[in-house]
Amino acid sequence: MIIQLKNPMPSSAIASWQPKLRELLRQGSLTLAGLAIFVLCWAALAENLQTSLGQFPGPTAVAIQFKALVAEHQTEKSREELFYQRQQERLEKNPEAVSRPYSGRPTFFSQIQTSLQTVLSGFLLASLFAIPAGVLIGLSPLSYSAANPLIQLLKPISPLAWLPLITIVVSASYPADGLLSRSYLVSALTVALCSLWPTLINTIVGVSQVPADLQNVSKVLRLNWFRHVRAIVLPSAVPMIFTGLRLSLGIAWMVLIAAEMLAQNPGLGKFVWDEFQNGSSDSLARICVAVAVIGLIGLLLDRLMLSLQKAVSWDKSVQLR
Amino acid sequence: MQKHLELSQVGISFPTPKGPFVALQNVNLSIAKGEIISLIGHSGCGKSTVLNIIAGLLKATEGGVILNHKEVNEPGPERAVVFQHHSLLPWLSVYENVALAVRQVFAGKMTKSQMQDWIEHNLALVQMSHARDKKPAEISGGMKQRVGIARALAMQPQVLLMDEPFGALDALTRAHLQDSVQQIQAELGNTVILITHDVDEAVLLSDRIVMMTNGPAATVGEVLQIDLPRPRDRLALADCPKYNHYRHQVLSFLYEKQRKVEPLPVASAKASQDKRLVKDEVRA
Repeated sequence: MIIQLKNPMPSSAIASWQPKLRELLRQGSLTLAGLAIFVLCWAALAENLQTSLGQFPGPTAVAIQFKALVAEHQTEKSREELFYQRQQERLEKNPEAVSRPYSGRPTFFSQIQTSLQTVLSGFLLASLFAIPAGVLIGLSPLSYSAANPLIQLLKPISPLAWLPLITIVVSASYPADGLLSRSYLVSALTVALCSLWPTLINTIVGVSQVPADLQNVSKVLRLNWFRHVRAIVLPSAVPMIFTGLRLSLGIAWMVLIAAEMLAQNPGLGKFVWDEFQNGSSDSLARICVAVAVIGLIGLLLDRLMLSLQKAVSWDKSVQLR
Repeated sequence: MQKHLELSQVGISFPTPKGPFVALQNVNLSIAKGEIISLIGHSGCGKSTVLNIIAGLLKATEGGVILNHKEVNEPGPERAVVFQHHSLLPWLSVYENVALAVRQVFAGKMTKSQMQDWIEHNLALVQMSHARDKKPAEISGGMKQRVGIARALAMQPQVLLMDEPFGALDALTRAHLQDSVQQIQAELGNTVILITHDVDEAVLLSDRIVMMTNGPAATVGEVLQIDLPRPRDRLALADCPKYNHYRHQVLSFLYEKQRKVEPLPVASAKASQDKRLVKDEVRA
């Protein structure tokens, strides 16, 4: 009481951020507690689980393998640097010498990079198709009636069913020595084909639910089709479109791992598959590292989309989470 | 009377599984330039339908609307609408909402800076300059309606159509906006057609009150000429016998000739009141 009387200003300032800090601390400690319980259960289960590849890896084994993967990446990188250094020297001595790219084994981290590139190009491709298509379908009840059954039919098809078809089509129509590797194309196309549906459906719904009042505004102003779409329809549908995009990106990331396994695209999916085929005593722990990284990247991608969604959503009364 | 806006034999029917439903028929109305007309009637009597037909948002199945010797068959900015629920685009600021209309209507006729001045001018007219960069969600209902009016006025319409523009507002805000509309109309001389439920609003603002019969097959019941000098002051009018006479005429049309709501049976109402009293005593 006395302190408050002496110094009222700071105490009111404290009062304003203290609840926030308390909430943050509470949330953080609960997250950590959940994680700790999970790790303890995992460790206890792993200890009692014998497999054909030895004991199932616990948290320690996985941490060791993570370190090993980091070390491998660094070794590979310094080798690559050395290679280019030597090639440079050779070229200086003899300009006629052939310059070649380094062809070392892809490391875990370069595989992560490949996976991210593949998933983003597939996702981008899907969005570039799904948003305009959704707008066109959503604006016309006729085309909606025509397209909706087809969408419902194609939506539930598993990536594993598409993959052989896409593989055959790509190898028939794309040269093996093209700029992009076939495995990359197959993976990206599979991702696109499986992940476009939520964006397409949400865009259709968003576009067809423009409030009648706003459509009347557009009519009174005699906006032409393009301005109507740009000024009224698209902004009105933006929250729905971004909900769709976020769902799509989640699916894209899930599909990607399966696609890379089968298409042998040098990403995380291939890493898991290769370790599985390798069957060494470290394999399971390395797969566990990949699983954790896959989850973490999925989480980060979702958070990224969420903040994007928050940034573009004009309806601030809706709490996005 | 100079012919400006003419509704002749306007009727509309909607197809239903049980055959066509006639919502409106034989609506005849001739409106002079600069007149303020209110449409009054019970809910569901087709007031909004009449307004939407004039706006071009609905097509009359019979008869037609002629504005300045031209038939109305599609919506257009010369018949600007102030919607009941403001209908501002929630993702645009106040300024941008008005700008959308100005850019569309005056494209090629005004320079960029002329447009800016015109937008600012219209916002000033409804006293909303201070909130030009706010989003609709950040301002009150009355302010949103002001912006809706500014947007409509900014189209420089020949006819301003207002669909219960103050229906969703509290009494004080409503009175304030009614005064604003009177002032603006005196300044600009627009023809105004206003839908209202509010008898005082109708008498205060109108040159003529068009009273509609109950639907289905609603039509114009009576038209009441309001001969009160302008500008009209609500306080002075409260004691004015002529004003009260007009009020009475509208009320008697609505509650005697076109009565819709059955009076509560007095006995049962009293009984339920008694019951409530008993309950209150028990609680006490």
